[in-house]
Amino acid sequence: MSFDRRKFVKAASIAALGGVVSPPLKLFGGVVVDGQSAEAVPEAVSGCIGCECSPVAPPTNATRWAMVIDLKTCREHEDCTICMDACHKTHNVPDVDNPKEQMKWIWKEHFGHAFHEADHPYLEEHVKHSNALLMCNHCNNPPCVSVCPTNATFKREKDGLVMMDWHRCIGCRYCIAACPYGSRSFNYTEPKKYFAEKGIQIEPDFPTRTRGVVEKCTFCEERLARGLWPACVDACPHNALVFGDLDNPDDPVRCLLAKHFTIRRKPALGTEPEIYYIV
Amino acid sequence: MNDKGKIVLGLIVFLVIMTFPMWYNFINGVVPFEDAVVQTANTPGKDKCVRAADYMRTQHMDLLNEWRQEVVRNGDRYTEDAYGNKIEKSLSNTCMDCHSNKEEFCDRCHNYMAVAPYCWDCHVLPAEVQQADMALKVDATEGNE
Amino acid sequence: MIEKALQGGKGYWTLIVILLAVIGVGVLAYLKQFSEGLTVTGLSRDVSWGLYIAQFTFLVGVAASAVMVVLPYYLHNYKMFGKLTILGEFLAIGACIMCMTFIFVDMGQPFRIGNVFLYPSPHSMMFWDTVVLFGYLLLNILISRVAMSSENKGVAPPKWIKPFIILSIPWAISIHTVTAFLYSGLAARPFWMTAVLAPRFLASAFASGPALLIILCLILKRFTKFDAGREPIQKLGVIVAYAMALNIFLILMEIFTAVYSGIPEHIDHFKYMFVGLQDAEGVMVTNLVPWMWTSSVLAVFSLSLLLVTKLRQNETILGIAAVAVFASLWIDKGMGMIVAGFTPNPTHVVVPYTPTLIESLITLAIWGMGALIVTILYKVALTLRKQVQRVPYRA
Repeated sequence: MSFDRRKFVKAASIAALGGVVSPPLKLFGGVVVDGQSAEAVPEAVSGCIGCECSPVAPPTNATRWAMVIDLKTCREHEDCTICMDACHKTHNVPDVDNPKEQMKWIWKEHFGHAFHEADHPYLEEHVKHSNALLMCNHCNNPPCVSVCPTNATFKREKDGLVMMDWHRCIGCRYCIAACPYGSRSFNYTEPKKYFAEKGIQIEPDFPTRTRGVVEKCTFCEERLARGLWPACVDACPHNALVFGDLDNPDDPVRCLLAKHFTIRRKPALGTEPEIYYIV
Repeated sequence: MNDKGKIVLGLIVFLVIMTFPMWYNFINGVVPFEDAVVQTANTPGKDKCVRAADYMRTQHMDLLNEWRQEVVRNGDRYTEDAYGNKIEKSLSNTCMDCHSNKEEFCDRCHNYMAVAPYCWDCHVLPAEVQQADMALKVDATEGNE
Repeated sequence: MIEKALQGGKGYWTLIVILLAVIGVGVLAYLKQFSEGLTVTGLSRDVSWGLYIAQFTFLVGVAASAVMVVLPYYLHNYKMFGKLTILGEFLAIGACIMCMTFIFVDMGQPFRIGNVFLYPSPHSMMFWDTVVLFGYLLLNILISRVAMSSENKGVAPPKWIKPFIILSIPWAISIHTVTAFLYSGLAARPFWMTAVLAPRFLASAFASGPALLIILCLILKRFTKFDAGREPIQKLGVIVAYAMALNIFLILMEIFTAVYSGIPEHIDHFKYMFVGLQDAEGVMVTNLVPWMWTSSVLAVFSLSLLLVTKLRQNETILGIAAVAVFASLWIDKGMGMIVAGFTPNPTHVVVPYTPTLIESLITLAIWGMGALIVTILYKVALTLRKQVQRVPYRA
């Protein structure tokens, strides 16, 4: 890496602390120390396609985070894994070869598997053979939170994020049984060993997890706190992921939802998933 | 009560086993931990900890627990140190920044007290990363040859 | 009282040594799991509960079934079960401890299990299950202890214990109801999300528990001087017959609903159990099929033996039927119930699960531990009873 990420994040958080929020990304670029150029930081735009509202940084007062995924754009880049790589790198999600013990925060699944109720034999060819990008839906009515016997997984009151306390998780895996989306992964073994085996550097800014706890996407809570977009949104070069506050009628996600036909996974279950898909 | 002898003998054996660590240390001449001053490795522009040293020595685990609760569960990441400076409540990013000499600073006392906090099972140690990094580079060079 | 466990014949000590050996092997296996993580099991991100939770579910039923001897005795004054109540309560104690151990070995972070009590979460069925299971264990320890000590002294049990005995009856129903709620409240798993699950659990419990009690009574009769008596064992046989009939009826209800409605996400689980389903590569996965058919055949076979009075009255045939009931339900309610619930997974993909050797050894050891507890408790109870030399009577 050409610049010191640790220092960058620290600078960013200090800037955020100082209340310098808008437009933070540009500013952060300037703050990056050691004379590294601002170009090292990809310019993040969580924009609405063909729309005016394209803020440079996530709002600081969101009350219900949500994401719109444009599968049409996604389909144009079939083999693209940039968002997944960015997420898994940022959060030290190990790369596990054994499919039974894979760790997935954000991953691609065959369209028919992801949207079973929308699947039929005569589906548009390019949709039928496409993949959908999946992650934790951060449900408004999360079954994983209801079943957790220790409140290790909980819904954050202020912004609706479904969070995990990895210090508290006892590894009973009841949440895995309760999640209708397969969004949760269990650490069957010591995750650090995969980094050593594969020679992948551990990101010092984010903890790894320990053996025997469950983990999942956090909507990059730690980045939002610093005024940064989620890593996947930030990384997507095609603007296929749009993130924002569902409670704000002027937010790009609301703008997109108003303009496009969108679907959610298994809406009939009443979990109120907060990831919306443009198909 | 013809079992009296057996009971007394049993009690003595029990007491000896229970107090074994004391005997062991006594015989081996283990002395109580000196209140050794441990220098921190890296203090760029900082000469004071976020709380007074006396408090930290005995209560750092409480402070860390409190921080952990507030950060993880409420997303409340920032606080003030004892001198009114804004700081991030972070083991890896705030504490370990100065106290990067974990073996000297943390482990010595933890080992003496026979406590094994699991913080570093997950939280990444900057030194550890550096070591891993170096090991990687060595591997890479070997691979190239 | 407990010192009676140290006085036994050759057969008794052989059994104890064998059980201890089985437990010892399992402890070693668990140490491996403890140091390496649940990766030593056959579990996966798709089938995240397996053999351990299957045993847990089945054994909660065995624990709850003690109520089937306690209830007739205390509520209907059915004196014949007098000799059996203590055996039922001891069986419940053993089963409860096994259940807790199975939960413990299934935990990813077993040393954090105290968090369930440190951060109580009444919205979680697992929290309630822990509470009712602990409560049931304590109730049974208290009741059996007081009853035994009174019997030993040849006096009637104190009056204050009666409310606890009465409480233990609905409590037994509750432990298995809450265990069913663990599963039936999950929208993510259509196979479990059925209102009939709790009744079905209770029916199978009241078949498998008394069936085990029959087996134990017949073993005691054969190898010790204790004879529970012909009539109580016959009555247990009737209970097993009715409960098993009800259980099969409820399973048929489930199958009808799934098959007739034809909703794929309901019927797929049954297909997986009885004919197999294709995995992502198109390979037919049939690993549960032989088990489920074995269970079904045993269920029909045992029920036909039990329903014919003449056959049931033959103690050998009754014993065979009891073993068949127990085996059938152990498969159906254990592995069938849990693994089929996870297969296919929420994205409709079939990922097969097979327990590993380590997992099986740990499981065997916990069964060994349960057997050891029950053996020792029965030994104490029967030795005392022999000494008192009188027809036991209780409150």
